[in-house]
Amino acid sequence: MRLTDEERVMRDGAEGEAVAAAMDLLIRYGEALGAERLVDTRNVAGTMTQPSPAKAKLEREGGWARAYAVINLDCDRDIEIPRMKVPTCQLQHGFAEDAAGLTAYPTTSIELQGSAENYFSERGVNILATCTPYQVGNLPVRGEHVAWMESSAVVYANSVLGARTNCEGSASTGAAGLTGKIPYWGNHVPENRLATHVVRADVGIDNFQEWGMFGYFVGETVEEARPAVIGSLAQPDLADLKHFGAATATSGGVELFHMPGVTPEAPTLEAAFGGLHIPEPVAYGPRERQWVYDTLNAQGTSTDVDFVLLGCPHASLDQVARIAHLLEGRRLHADTELWVMTPRALRTMADRNGYTRIITQAGGHVLTDSCPAMSKAAPPGTRVFATDSAKQAHYLPAILGIEAWFGTLDECIDAAVTGRWRGGLRP
Amino acid sequence: MIELRGRGIVPGVVEAEALVTRDAISGFGGIDVATGTVIEPRHELFGVCFTGKVLVFPGAKGSSGWSGFFQSTRLMGTAPAAMVFRVITTKAVLGAIVTRVPTVVEAMPDPLETIRTGDRVRVDGDTGLITILDRGRQQAGFTE
Repeated sequence: MRLTDEERVMRDGAEGEAVAAAMDLLIRYGEALGAERLVDTRNVAGTMTQPSPAKAKLEREGGWARAYAVINLDCDRDIEIPRMKVPTCQLQHGFAEDAAGLTAYPTTSIELQGSAENYFSERGVNILATCTPYQVGNLPVRGEHVAWMESSAVVYANSVLGARTNCEGSASTGAAGLTGKIPYWGNHVPENRLATHVVRADVGIDNFQEWGMFGYFVGETVEEARPAVIGSLAQPDLADLKHFGAATATSGGVELFHMPGVTPEAPTLEAAFGGLHIPEPVAYGPRERQWVYDTLNAQGTSTDVDFVLLGCPHASLDQVARIAHLLEGRRLHADTELWVMTPRALRTMADRNGYTRIITQAGGHVLTDSCPAMSKAAPPGTRVFATDSAKQAHYLPAILGIEAWFGTLDECIDAAVTGRWRGGLRP
Repeated sequence: MIELRGRGIVPGVVEAEALVTRDAISGFGGIDVATGTVIEPRHELFGVCFTGKVLVFPGAKGSSGWSGFFQSTRLMGTAPAAMVFRVITTKAVLGAIVTRVPTVVEAMPDPLETIRTGDRVRVDGDTGLITILDRGRQQAGFTE
């Protein structure tokens, strides 16, 4: 890999051992990828502070510097961690303290996360604590090279914002924060951003659930490739695109999609392919739609719902408002819990608008920083949950060993209020 | 002995039994790092442990937590002995680096067609050479 003089002196230790270790990792990583060089970035979103058993052990051995060295830099030496060189934010956490009492977090984990937040805040990491940094002010611009992890954030940044990032990990973002560098490879390279597949919706994609199901099909169909999606698509909003992208990244490994007329790099279908040959579309019709619905609902038998989970990826303020509106004047079923996951910054606004109060008065909770898939925790005794998120319906049965129902927001609120799942695919 | 030639991306040499899957692997939500087991219900390796095996798979899918989860298998002592995969993505490549097991990518002939579960395999991450040393017992009846 070609290094600039600046990069070479960083590798050789001119900016300290941690920066040298970060450069060493980036070089090994870039060479393994087959990258020709690194590229500058001033926007990193990674994970440092959420507790794990491995991290707890490392922290005991040598403090947060040790944990960062091993996990975020793949380095076994004892090194000091300086301030981040470029703006860097923490993605979602393992949990937030607002869930204390609702689910069991070990005290040691709560303390561990608190001490990590203090340590990394002092090193310039912005504790946004959300899987959707773009919802709370970290909004890269078109063409900007960023180093993000979190698959749903990556696909949003690439596709909806037109920023350029690969699906980075804890180690590559840890190294990027200290160096302002990331391998110039994959989605950073313009020709690698052109569409490879066309998926055409022959059924109307016109609400949150339909966007999620269509996304799940697109991911299953193209895997890691770059789809352009056309057909019967209504104008999506932020929440629709967030849900669609998250579903494509969950069932496949999509990091970039094009939606002609909507996403910035695809004013037309022809533009999405850069003028190259456009392949025959794969059709998403009633049969495919039914398959997605059945797949996401193949993990439930009991219709007694203990737990309703909304907000994955983290709910926008508008989504929280809709939930509050549906719950106004109603009460949750005695045996059913409702969690609405949102960034802490948006919860502050939900508080101000009275949405939190309405949801809380109904018996629900507006929670921040995390989600059940990250914290691996649901309300105690949960056997069956319902969600409007294709991603959570996919993941939670495996992670928590619980049954899942996937449906619309209205069906989820109905389940929260009645304790019963009465959803079904509408024509 | 059958040889496959690819590109070594993590150095080191190891000999171990192969575990082959045609399904892409999810890290987050797809494996249990404490036991080194695939936990995705729809995966063909559901419930199967990869610890100490040469994991032969098409590539990574799902969350960017992939690398961190496989790194955790190293820290928890449940990592595969080596990795062989085809599709180069940041998730899988970074995952292999931080798992620190010999890794070969883009090998020919196609490892998914050539290597079978149970085969004894040598993976040389320095040279990119994969060698099938012995066919596994379960396939012996078909090959002889």
